[in-house]
Amino acid sequence: MFTGFDFDVISRSLPYLWQGMLFSLGLTLLSMLGGILLGTLLALMRLSSFTVLSAPAGGYVNLLRATPLILVIFWFYFLVPIAMKKITGDAYATGIGPFYSALIAFTMFEAAYYCEIIRAGIQSVPRGQGHAAYALGLNYRLAMTKIILPQAFRNMVPILLTQGIILFQDTSLVYVVGLTDFMGAASKVAQRDGRLVEMYLFAALVYFLLCFSASHFVRRLQVRYSTGR
Amino acid sequence: MDFSVFLQPAFSGGGTYLDWVLSGTKWTLLVSILAWIIAFIVGSVLGVLRTTPLAVLRAPATVYVEVFRNVPLLVQMFIWYFVLPEIVPLGMGDWMKTRMPMPEFWNAVLCLGFYTASRVAEQVRSGIQSIPIGQTYAGLAMGLTRGQVYRHVLLPMGYRIVIPPLTSEFLTIFKNSSVALTIGVLELTAQARQISEYTFRTFEAFTVATVIYVLITLVVTVGMRTLENKVRVPGYIGSAGK
Amino acid sequence: MIEIRNVSKWYGEFQVLANCTTRVSKGEVVVVCGPSGSGKSTLIKCVNGLEPFQQGDVVVDGISVSAKDTNLPKLRARIGMVFQNFELFPHMSVIDNITLAQIKVLGRSREDAIEKAHALLKRVGLTEQAPKYPGQLSGGQQQRVAIARGLAMDPIAMLFDEPTSALDPEMINEVLDVMVELAQEGMTMMVVTHEMGFARKVAHRVIFMDRGEIVEDAVKEDFFGKPRSERAQHFLSKILHH
Repeated sequence: MFTGFDFDVISRSLPYLWQGMLFSLGLTLLSMLGGILLGTLLALMRLSSFTVLSAPAGGYVNLLRATPLILVIFWFYFLVPIAMKKITGDAYATGIGPFYSALIAFTMFEAAYYCEIIRAGIQSVPRGQGHAAYALGLNYRLAMTKIILPQAFRNMVPILLTQGIILFQDTSLVYVVGLTDFMGAASKVAQRDGRLVEMYLFAALVYFLLCFSASHFVRRLQVRYSTGR
Repeated sequence: MDFSVFLQPAFSGGGTYLDWVLSGTKWTLLVSILAWIIAFIVGSVLGVLRTTPLAVLRAPATVYVEVFRNVPLLVQMFIWYFVLPEIVPLGMGDWMKTRMPMPEFWNAVLCLGFYTASRVAEQVRSGIQSIPIGQTYAGLAMGLTRGQVYRHVLLPMGYRIVIPPLTSEFLTIFKNSSVALTIGVLELTAQARQISEYTFRTFEAFTVATVIYVLITLVVTVGMRTLENKVRVPGYIGSAGK
Repeated sequence: MIEIRNVSKWYGEFQVLANCTTRVSKGEVVVVCGPSGSGKSTLIKCVNGLEPFQQGDVVVDGISVSAKDTNLPKLRARIGMVFQNFELFPHMSVIDNITLAQIKVLGRSREDAIEKAHALLKRVGLTEQAPKYPGQLSGGQQQRVAIARGLAMDPIAMLFDEPTSALDPEMINEVLDVMVELAQEGMTMMVVTHEMGFARKVAHRVIFMDRGEIVEDAVKEDFFGKPRSERAQHFLSKILHH
C-alpha cells in the first residue's frame, strides 16, 4: 500500500518545514507566556470580592470558553486591524501582520483556559496561608506575590505545561487563515507537489513525537512533584 | 451594526442568510452528536480496558489513547479525508473517493468521534480508578466475577463521577466540530465566515455565530447538571470517597 | 476449615508475609493482632485470594485458593468478608447491597433475597434502614449492614479485616456486639483487630504477627497469660495501657 511513497518530497522540503516549525514553536511559547500572564490577572479578578472585577472576568472567560478557537481566530483577524486603525488613527493602517494577529488571538483565547487552571491552583493553597500572611501584616499584593502565587504555581507546573502541549497542537489551526506554521508548510508542499499522503502522515508523525515526548516529560515531572512532598 | 442583513435573500440557495445560519447550526449539531456517540462508546470500552489487570488488554488501549491524543485534530481531519482513501485497499479507496455519500460530513464525524474517544477514555479510566480498591475487593469477596464487579460496582459509580468531565468533553467536541470546515463541511463557523464574505457584515455574522455557540453551551450545561442531580447518590459527597 | 500453609508474599523486593502457617477449625474464632504493617490484613486477604501470594498455599474447606483450576468466585461466595472501610456500594440502597450477590452469584430469586436481607437487618438491629443509601448511615450502622451483607450468603466462615478501626469510639460496641453474638452462635471467624476485649471474650486462639511473620499462635488463655515472645509482650503492654 506504500508503493509510490515518495520520501524525497519530505527531505526536499525540510528547510521550508523547519521554518514552519519555528513559527509554530514561537507562536506556542509567546502565547503561552501571554496567556499565563493575562490568565493570572483574570484569575485574580475572578477571585476578587468586588463584583466590578469578578463579573467582567467571569463573563470573558465563559464567553471565550464557549467559542470555538477557529471562530476566535476569525474574530481577531477581523478585529485587530480595526483596533489598530482606531489606535493609530491612520485609516490606511494595514494592521500589524498576520503573526501578531494570530499571537493576540491565541493569547486572548488561552488566557481564558489558563485563568481557570490558575484559579483552581490559587484555591488549592490552604486558606490558612493567606490568613497567616495577612496576620504578619502583608498587604494583598505582597501576600499574593510572595505567599499564595508561588505555592499555587508550584502545584500547577505540570498542568500548565500540559495546556501548553494542547496549545501547540492548536496552533495548527492558523491554517484556516493561511499562515505558514508547520502544518501550513506541510499542507502547502502537499498541495504543490500533489503529495498529500506523504506530507500529512509525516506531519502527524512529527506532531506525535514532539507531543508524546513532551507529555511523557510532564508526567515524570508530575511524579517527582507528587512524591517530592 | 445592522442585523437585518440576515433577512436579505442569500447569494445562493434560494433562502435568506438566516437560513444559512440555521443550516450551519444543524450541521454543527449533527456532526457533534454523531461524533459524541462514537466517542462515548469507543472511549468507554478503551477506558475500561485501561483499568483491567490484563496487560494484553491494557496495552492496545494505551497505544490508542497516546496516538490520538498527541496528533492535532486538524492533522487527523486531513488524514481521514485525504490520506485514508489512498492507503486503504483499492476497492474501498475508490468507493471513498467516488461513491461515498457526503464524504466530508462522514469523515468529519468519524475523525471527531475517534479523536474524542481518546479523551473520553482518559476520563472513564480516571473515574474508575478514583474508586477505592476496597470496593473491588468487596465485590470479589462476595463471589462476583471481575465482569460483574465492573457491571454492578465500578461502572455505575464511575459514570456518576465522570459526568462533569464528560460534559466538558461534549462541549469540547461541539466546539471542535468547527475544524470540520477545513475539509468543507458548512457548519456554523463556516457559514458565519461565508456570510461575512458575501455581505461584508463581518461583525454581525460572527456575533450571531458566537451567540449560538454560547446558547448551545448553556443548554448542554444546564441539561447535564439536571442529569447529575438526578443520578446523585444520596449521602455521597464528591468523588473522593472516604 | 481454613488452612494457611507456609504462605510467603513479596511486593517486589519487600517481603510482606514470611512463611505463615496456621489454621482455623470449624466453629473456631481466631483473632489476629499485631502492629500496623505487620502483614495481618494482607494475610486475611490471602484466605479468599484477594491478595495473590508467591509461595505456600491456602486451603479452604478442602479447596486450594492458589490452584489454577479453582473457581475463585465460587469459593469466595462461601466466605463472608467485612472490611475496615465497610465498602458498601454507595450507589445502591442497603437492601440492594445485601441482595446483589444473593441474586447474581447464588441465583436466588429477588423475593427470597429480600426476605433474607430483611431477616438479617432485623438481626443487626437496622430494620428501618433498608431503603436508605450507605451515605445516609453512621459508620457503625454501615458496618452492621456490611456484616449482614456477608451473612446473606450463608457463609461457612467470616473474615473481619479491622472491622472497628475506622469507627468513632462510640460506635465500636454496636459492631462488636453483633460479632460477639455471631461468635457465640458458633460461626467460624478469623478477625484482624486490636480489640483485646473482644478477643478475651470470644476468641479461642490469638495470633500475633510482626514484620510479616506469625510470631505467636496460642490459645487465648496462654496468649494473655504468658505471651512467650518479647515483641508480643511489648505490643500488648502498648495497646492495653490506654
